[in-house]
Amino acid sequence: MKKEQDKGNRRKFLKNSIAMGAAALATGSGVVLAHKNNVSEDVGTKTEKIKVLTTDGKVVEIERPVDECKIDPCKPPIGKEAKQGIPGRSFVMVIDLARCKNARKCIEGCQKGHNLTPDQEWLKVYLMKDHPDGEPYWFPRQCFHCDNPPCVKVCPVGATFKRQDNLVLIDVNRCIGCKFCVVACPYSVRIFNWEKPPESDIPKKEYSPEVSVPAQTGTVSKCDFCADRSRVGKLPYCASSCPMGAIYFGDKNEDTVFNGSETARFSELIKERSGYRYLEELGTKPNVYYLPPVNRMFDYESGLGDLPEAKQKVYDEIRFSNNGK
Amino acid sequence: MEPINISIKDFRNSLETPSTTWYLWVIILTGISLFGMYALGRQIIDGQIITGMRDNAVWGIYTANFIFFMGLSYAGALISSAGQLLRIRWIKPLLRMAELLTVSSLIVGAPFILFCLGRLDRIHYLFIYGRIQSPITWDVIAISTDLVFCIAFLYFTHIRDFAKLRDYPELQVAPWRKKMYKFLALGYKGTPEQKKYLHQAHDIMAAIIIPTAVIAYSLLSLLFSMSLKPGWHSTIFSPYFVVTAGYSGVAILVVIMWIYRKTNHLEKYITNLHFNYLAFGLVLLTFIYAYFSFSEYLTDWYNQTKTLSLLLDKLFDFNHFAWLSILHIVFAFVVPIIVLGFPWFRSINSVTLVSLFVVIALWVKRYLIVVPPLETPFIPIQDIRPEYAEYSISWVEGSLSIAGITLMILIFTVASKIAPIIPVSEVADAHNLEKPKLLFKTKGE
Repeated sequence: MKKEQDKGNRRKFLKNSIAMGAAALATGSGVVLAHKNNVSEDVGTKTEKIKVLTTDGKVVEIERPVDECKIDPCKPPIGKEAKQGIPGRSFVMVIDLARCKNARKCIEGCQKGHNLTPDQEWLKVYLMKDHPDGEPYWFPRQCFHCDNPPCVKVCPVGATFKRQDNLVLIDVNRCIGCKFCVVACPYSVRIFNWEKPPESDIPKKEYSPEVSVPAQTGTVSKCDFCADRSRVGKLPYCASSCPMGAIYFGDKNEDTVFNGSETARFSELIKERSGYRYLEELGTKPNVYYLPPVNRMFDYESGLGDLPEAKQKVYDEIRFSNNGK
Repeated sequence: MEPINISIKDFRNSLETPSTTWYLWVIILTGISLFGMYALGRQIIDGQIITGMRDNAVWGIYTANFIFFMGLSYAGALISSAGQLLRIRWIKPLLRMAELLTVSSLIVGAPFILFCLGRLDRIHYLFIYGRIQSPITWDVIAISTDLVFCIAFLYFTHIRDFAKLRDYPELQVAPWRKKMYKFLALGYKGTPEQKKYLHQAHDIMAAIIIPTAVIAYSLLSLLFSMSLKPGWHSTIFSPYFVVTAGYSGVAILVVIMWIYRKTNHLEKYITNLHFNYLAFGLVLLTFIYAYFSFSEYLTDWYNQTKTLSLLLDKLFDFNHFAWLSILHIVFAFVVPIIVLGFPWFRSINSVTLVSLFVVIALWVKRYLIVVPPLETPFIPIQDIRPEYAEYSISWVEGSLSIAGITLMILIFTVASKIAPIIPVSEVADAHNLEKPKLLFKTKGE
């Protein structure tokens, strides 16, 4: 019964959001930012009324659920609340492979934001080649926050969980470090904290699965889509630090994604650029979409330039393999 | 069948106050086991960075050992239970060894999966927050159930011997051991009623243990086959694991038989016949195991899918796992078939040596099941740190594995000091076993 009701609300909400997404596009402002500016201070209610501009230029008032968080910096939730996620949100990422040139700024941004060592990469940029005659391309890989997550299924203690806003997060206070999720993830996303994590520069606050910092020795950690930043309407570190604007992040319910400088409609981007999901056939239903590397802005080799020689060698197998010879 | 002339008195030497050599042996075994504990302590303090496990091969020989020891336990349970239920006479002298094998390998094997845990201090979360959807929870339930049942069975088959030891005043052992025998015999006097109940208890436990062990070992395989990983994601895994377990268990039982026969001079009870029968079993299992292995490799190889063919290339690449693969094939298939297949090679010693090879090969096979697929993920590994791309065994993992073996030997050593390694009462009764239970009878029967 409750489920049905939720569905109803969701549908209604979806309708509204689309209208609002359209409105935001019309006004030329990012919806992710827009919703923050538009919220009323009425915290107690479950829904709120906001004014939006429709495509035909009328201002209408629509109702939408209130986001949990109104204050900036917002305190990330702990306990049960952290497991539920932000109501009405459906976070999604779109990566434009044509724009990626392995600048590795996303990795640096992520490492800085999550207090990782230089060797720990929650976000990895792989050099991929789809077939022997194909041209190699750079492939940034975050956590895909799957809708059918193999990692969540196998966790024996419920330390990793799927939220209603699409995120798959880890509660390191619960994790027993069995690494079953690490072997279950087909995308090699999860990493284990073999050593004591470095002292954090980030001011100590109450741990929340949305922040993922501080990490703990002997537990698993991974990309969290910067849930705490999404909560306050900021882009994840990787998206905001990409100099090429290759990483779009947004809300599928609002049908809007944003890369720091441009806002795009998610559905149009996927439709026009033939967006796909990596290893779709595994049935994991990822929430990260890739736009194929066509009409590239850079040669893939420009991404090798600044790398140390040892690191360059890693890619030799991909670069110099042809026709299976 | 002729009744075997057996008495508890024949085992007086092995039960009475141990010799200096015995103590020395126990001290060596304990020492090695304690060194393993030290290694574990270091791992807990320093973290898993001191193991060979890294980002790709996040599981290593701990997991391989876990499956290996569990496999040994499975065969022991099957042999002892089947022997009991089917009233097989010749198997009686082997029963205690098989049951001890089951219990000791369960006790040694189960902790190995825990050594993989990054946070041993949170081990109770498995019970507090356990999720039934996770194959690890299935294993926790299955293995603990199996352990309880197998210990109960082991104890039931000891009761009559404990009573015999209690009623043997000439036995010169410490007073506490006399008291212990008295307590553990539970007042068994051998009245017809007691005999009947004990017999029934044996039958029930045996009937429960067979499916429990099969289920436990099948669930173990699901740790792997439930994953999407090429090389693990295989429907054949459950029966394959059960067969592998049976194969390794029969092989190790031959080795244990041989050792006890030599050291305790049990030629009277463990005869040529036993080696012959188990060798038959080994030949049969060799072929079944070969059949399963061939099916698996053939299916993996035939279509040449991308990641699976990468995995197979690695398995037969001399820079990676080819030596181990060859060792596995030679020891698990070629040697057993040649030695057991031709009459002039067959002898008690050669059968034992082949069995030892099989046990080694099947440990290697477990390693090959765990590690290579972890090093062959869907997304190619692009890491400049070689230790993060490829697994190598560290001293911690090595010490703990050796400690596992010594602990198992220690359990056998101590257990055969407490009660005779040959189940005296069972063997004495072997000539007048009652008929096996029938599912149905025809008219006039």
